Amino acid sequence: MSAMRLAAALASCAGLTVLALLPMYVDAYYLALAIGLLQFTVLATAWGLFSGPTRYVSLATTAFFGVGAYTVAVLGELLSWPLVLLIATVIGALMAVIVGLSTLRLSGLHFVIFTFGLAELIRQLVIWYEVNKTRVLGRYVFVDITQKDIYWQLLVLAVAVFVIGWLIARSRLGFALRIIGEDETVAKHCGINVTVAKVTLFTISAVFMTLVGAIMAPRWTYIEPSIAFNATISFEVVIMALLGGAHRLWGPALGAIPLTLLFEFLAARFPTASTLIMGVIFLLIVYALPAGVVGLWDNFRRQWRPQRTGQGVKA
Amino acid sequence: MTAAASTVLEIKGLVRAFGGLVAVNALDMTVRSGEIVGLLGPNGSGKTTALNLVSGVLRPDSGAIHFAGHDIAGMATHRIARLGLGRTFQLVRVLDGMNCAENVRAGLAFHPARLARSEMDVAAIRLLERVGLKDADQRLATELTYIDRKRLELARALALKPRLLLLDEWLAGLNPSELLIGIALIRSLKDEGLSILLVEHVMDAIRSLCDRCVVMNSGRKIAEGTPDEVLSDPAVIEAYLGAVADA
Repeated sequence: MSAMRLAAALASCAGLTVLALLPMYVDAYYLALAIGLLQFTVLATAWGLFSGPTRYVSLATTAFFGVGAYTVAVLGELLSWPLVLLIATVIGALMAVIVGLSTLRLSGLHFVIFTFGLAELIRQLVIWYEVNKTRVLGRYVFVDITQKDIYWQLLVLAVAVFVIGWLIARSRLGFALRIIGEDETVAKHCGINVTVAKVTLFTISAVFMTLVGAIMAPRWTYIEPSIAFNATISFEVVIMALLGGAHRLWGPALGAIPLTLLFEFLAARFPTASTLIMGVIFLLIVYALPAGVVGLWDNFRRQWRPQRTGQGVKA
Repeated sequence: MTAAASTVLEIKGLVRAFGGLVAVNALDMTVRSGEIVGLLGPNGSGKTTALNLVSGVLRPDSGAIHFAGHDIAGMATHRIARLGLGRTFQLVRVLDGMNCAENVRAGLAFHPARLARSEMDVAAIRLLERVGLKDADQRLATELTYIDRKRLELARALALKPRLLLLDEWLAGLNPSELLIGIALIRSLKDEGLSILLVEHVMDAIRSLCDRCVVMNSGRKIAEGTPDEVLSDPAVIEAYLGAVADA
């Protein structure tokens, strides 16, 4: 087992090196595609961090993403880049704590609708502020960040989301969230402060989403609320995480990669009908693969295992 | 008086209403150390509501609940659990997506006295053996039979190292031979010095296990005493069977 671990560690180091060197060897189109892949990998994995164990479906991805992008639009030219990212982190975390404390008592459908409304609310607030106070709807983002820089930052963020996700899964917090996902009443009776556990993880997940938005902002040069707070992102992230399987750390990435490629293809070939086709794909995934690709893999492994345990019982 | 000094749970004037229905009305009762107290009453008399008030699922409208040196009336469930209150549920609640060892670790992991990972594994296996689930640690909770699910739930409650255990119809639904096993198991917990408050309808179990019983009807306490005393009390018989016909 430890030999396999070592091999896996070596393979991921080699893979990371290749990924880190990628921008040196590809043209602008493939770099843009790689940025898209990383963006959705981080977003879907971050979504799965919280929604996987708790089974709360959040449509607030774009709210955090947009807040990150707007932080850059407002402060990008005034402060140094690391400071801007730090401020985005703080704003995203504060917002997540407030939203978490006020909504995580809601359950099921109420939570879904609230998170969807939240994204819309923040978008309208930004529009109101821009129209009435600054008197401009759009903003220009002039920061000295190249496409390659964006790629490398997203790569670091992707590594961070997997490392933190792995650490959480092994921690008491991760175990607490699995219990909450199974049965919240039992969790409380086991001595788990469910509010703190849920808000903590919701916040960690939201900070990653905010940072993705902040890092992606320089790509657009021109930003306005409908770009930064695009509801499609929230839905795409949910579809990706569900296709991959949100109950495993690496599940959402398995959905994010093929679907990002597919959406890219659809947008290029069928620009008018792409949303329609996306909807059909969403339905197919929910019906055909309720536990995602990871669920298929688990079933496959389970079919192999009974033979071994069967022998164990007889012996 | 020594009995007063070793009181584990003391409920005074507990009231909880749902709209116009007063589910628990001015309830007073105590559980002393090492004692099994039965909470009886017909369906809908407020027994489970009383347990939910003690374990913090519901907030009382008024009244006091003293447990482990604290007034826990209205305290959050997880804090009450950490004070040492273990509980099982009327409809068995086990964590179906996990194996038996993980189910028990759920009770161990959030205890104020932290255990190392290896200690926790040992403790989980010991608790599973304690309730009669030897070698079941790697089995999925979904694969268990009904009585084994009840055992698993009990093991999780015991993992909290409870000062008081609340059992909500833990013996309900067992067949006659399982019932004997279940009664023996609960008695062995009492022999270890555990204090237990149980809601139960199985009369054999009440007679053989309980030191004292409190009988509720329509939210009020209508009798208190040894099992034989309360089960022959006219008010209790009337509550269960209706008034004796005029003759």
